[in-house]
Formats: sequence, structure tokens, C-alpha cells
Amino acid sequence: MSVLPYLTAGWIMLVGVYGIVTSRDLIHAVVCLSVTQSGTYVLLLAIGYRYGATAPVFSDRPPPPAGGPVTDPVVQAMALTDIVVGATVTALLLALAVQVARRRGTLDPGALRSLES
Amino acid sequence: MNALSLDALSGPLADALIAAALAMAALMATAVVLTRSTVRQAIVLSGYGMALGLLFLILQAPDVAMSQFGVGTVLVPLIVVLALHATRRHRGGGREAGRAGGGDEGERDAGPGGGRGGRGARR
Amino acid sequence: MKAPARTLLFAAGAAGTAAVFTAGALGLPAFGGAAHPYADRAVEQAVRQGTPNAVASVTFDQRVFDTLGEEIILLAAAVGAVVLLRAAGREDRDDGASLRHGPAEVSDALRIVGHLLLPVTLLAGVYIVAHGHQSPGGGFQGGVILGTAVHLLYLAGDYPALQRLRPIPLLESAEAVAAAAFAVLALAAAGQAATGRVPALNTAVGVEVGCALVLLVGKFFEQALLVRDDGPGGQTHAGPGAATREPP
Repeated sequence: MSVLPYLTAGWIMLVGVYGIVTSRDLIHAVVCLSVTQSGTYVLLLAIGYRYGATAPVFSDRPPPPAGGPVTDPVVQAMALTDIVVGATVTALLLALAVQVARRRGTLDPGALRSLES
Repeated sequence: MNALSLDALSGPLADALIAAALAMAALMATAVVLTRSTVRQAIVLSGYGMALGLLFLILQAPDVAMSQFGVGTVLVPLIVVLALHATRRHRGGGREAGRAGGGDEGERDAGPGGGRGGRGARR
Repeated sequence: MKAPARTLLFAAGAAGTAAVFTAGALGLPAFGGAAHPYADRAVEQAVRQGTPNAVASVTFDQRVFDTLGEEIILLAAAVGAVVLLRAAGREDRDDGASLRHGPAEVSDALRIVGHLLLPVTLLAGVYIVAHGHQSPGGGFQGGVILGTAVHLLYLAGDYPALQRLRPIPLLESAEAVAAAAFAVLALAAAGQAATGRVPALNTAVGVEVGCALVLLVGKFFEQALLVRDDGPGGQTHAGPGAATREPP
């Protein structure tokens, strides 16, 4: 168990990259990229977890040491902003894919030989 | 009560819960990548977002889970479906134009309003 | 590069990455361990600053410059996507395409549920933004809910109402103003008490994320709902000056 979460994060990243490499569709590739990105959230949160801890919110209980341990708020803050920002970046990539489809009439990266039009 | 809740956070029960959530997330990620039909992939992606949100909840990160539920299960799949619909003329060998009354989606799956046009034509 | 060669190259790279990553993971502190010196200091600082939600304290107080950077990425990505899609939409309209007004017929159950859920969801979004410093939530999560909730109206089959509900120029200005407000607040209030600053920054982020997502999803909807009247072989259409290539 002690390294399983880290290895899961690594698996998610690698499987996403595999999807990008073997993709036949740009939108499929963008979705696989977002899967790759989500591996980093798993890694961050796995690093910030500690056994017996609760969420780092103290509106209804005393802060540690009186209130027991809490999980790491720093990695959670990183992950939470990145999820939202990553969604807009995914939207930008999808907008690019829409433009590619309009200009070139295909979404297959293998059929896009060069980038000049 | 206190012993029970502590156990759920640190004992073998916690290990089992975390391991199950991790396995779920890894399986769903693999499923997203291996789903080659892009319309189905958007739905699987939504399920993957849900699995990740559950994992984050179990890892005691409610803020991140909230963000993940909103983005991963709703927003990104929605944008993907809309982008698919916007590029429907250019995929799958470019079968049909997206005229009202035509089958809108290459894979015959209903995009936004896509099933609508098809149904109207059949009546 | 041919597909088999590409897969082979990927396999080699993936094997190497997996080996190095596993070695690195084995060297990390064990999962769930008690030693988190950085977390302990961050929590202590959050309590001292009087922000009950330590995550909000880290995002909007202790690491606010990091959030400022993320904020600028968000603004840039949203503006880029909107500009790209707006150009595409204008070309389409010049070519005589028209906007289909959403699904014409929607079952009554969906219509009622959509209209009922809209105010409830908007209220939940505002609550999550406003209470972000005290309970789980905040500007990013609440903004996502606000930005997507508006599109429940599409599910309810009321596309004209949806267009009335999102005045595009107003939202564009609101997004820019919120981004500027965030930057000014983050820079000007550095070193002052956090009690008023965290909710203010939360609100700025909530407005910005919400506006950005409404604009983005709205542009994607517009792209998806454009109908062209140029015959069933829509392949004839391409952007001006671009040769249409049939996929192999």
C-alpha cells in the first residue's frame, strides 16, 4: 500500500500518453491529454494524504494538535486550481481542433501531413 | 463512535477503501483511453471524472473533489460533445452534413439536439 | 513517422519512464505517513490568519501569486478559445449558415426540471463562492457551477431564454474586470490582514471563472448549433482559401 497510490498516478499518466500516441482523432488525443493531466492530481493528493487525517477545514472543530491531524492543504490548493485552469486549456485545444477540422476537413493526425495550408 | 470513525480513517478499512477507489480510477482512465469512438469516450470520460471525484473525497480533499465533480463530470465532457458536434461533418469519412433532418452525428449517437433532428425526420 | 515505429518508440520511452518513476516513487515518503512539515506550517498560518478553510487560505492568501499566475493562464486560454471560435462562427455566418435554436421539442418533465433546477443551482453556486473561506468550496468551484448551470436552460429547450440570460458583451467586460480586480487585490493587499481579503479574492475568481465558462460553453454551443443550408454533402464547405481534403 505504501507506494500503490504513486504507481497508480504513474499508470494514469502513461496510459494517457499511450492514448495520445496511438490516437487517430485529434479530439480523442485532447481527451487523452486531459487523462494524462489528471494523473498529476492523483499524485499530488496521494502525497498530501496522511492516515487518520480529516479535511483541513476548521469551521466546526479546533485546529491541530487539539483536533487531530489534517491532510495537506498546500497540494490540495495546487490540484484544485489546476483542475479548473486545465479545463479551460482543454477547451482551447478543442477550439483548435474545431478550426483544424474546418480548415483541413479531417481530424486524423496521420492525414495532416504538414501545417501550412 | 469515535473509535469507529478513526478506524475508517486509518485502519484496514481505510486501506481497502483507498485501494478500491484507486483501482476504479486506474480502470476508468484505461477505459477512457481505449474507447476509440469519440462520442462514447465523452460518456466514459464523465464516468472517469466521477471516479476521480470519489477518490479525492476518500483522500479527504473535499475542495478538490468539488472542483473535480464540476469540471470532470460536467464541463469537460460537455465541451467535448459540443466540439464533436461542431466537427461532425469532418469525421468518419464525412458522411453527412448537419442539416436538420439528417443524422447529425457520424456515429448515430445523439449530440446536443442531434437526436432531435433525426427523430423529426423519422416522423 | 509510421504507426508501428511510433508505437515502438513510445514503448521504449514508456518503459524507461516507468522504471525511473517507480524508482522515484520507492524513494518517496510512504503513503499516509505522519511527517508533513510544510502542511503543518501552512495550517498553523491559516489558523493564525483566521481563515477556517486552510485550502482557501493557501490558495488566496499564502500562495496568492501562484493563483494569480493560474488566473492569467485561465484568462488567456479562455480568450484564445473564444476568439478562435468567434472567427469560425463569423465565417460560417458569412457563408449563409443559420443558428438552430436548440431542440424544438422537449418532454415536459425535462422542461419543468430544467427550469426548477436553474435557480437552485445558481443559488448553490453563489453560496459556494460566498462561503469558500469557511467551508469547502470557493471561487473556482462555485464559478464552475455558475458557468455550467446557465446551460440547464438548453436542456429545458429554451435556447432564446438562454441567449437573453447571457448578454455576451456584459459577460466579456465582467470577466476582464474580475481578472483585473483579482490582480489589483492580490498585489495591493499583500501583507495585510486576510479576513476580508480571502472572500474578496474568492468573489473575483468566482466571477471570472463563471464568466469565462459561460462564454466558452456558449461559443461551443454556437458552433455545434450552426446549420448550413448548402446541401447534404456538407464537405463542400471549407474556410475561405482553404482546400478541402477528403480524409483517406
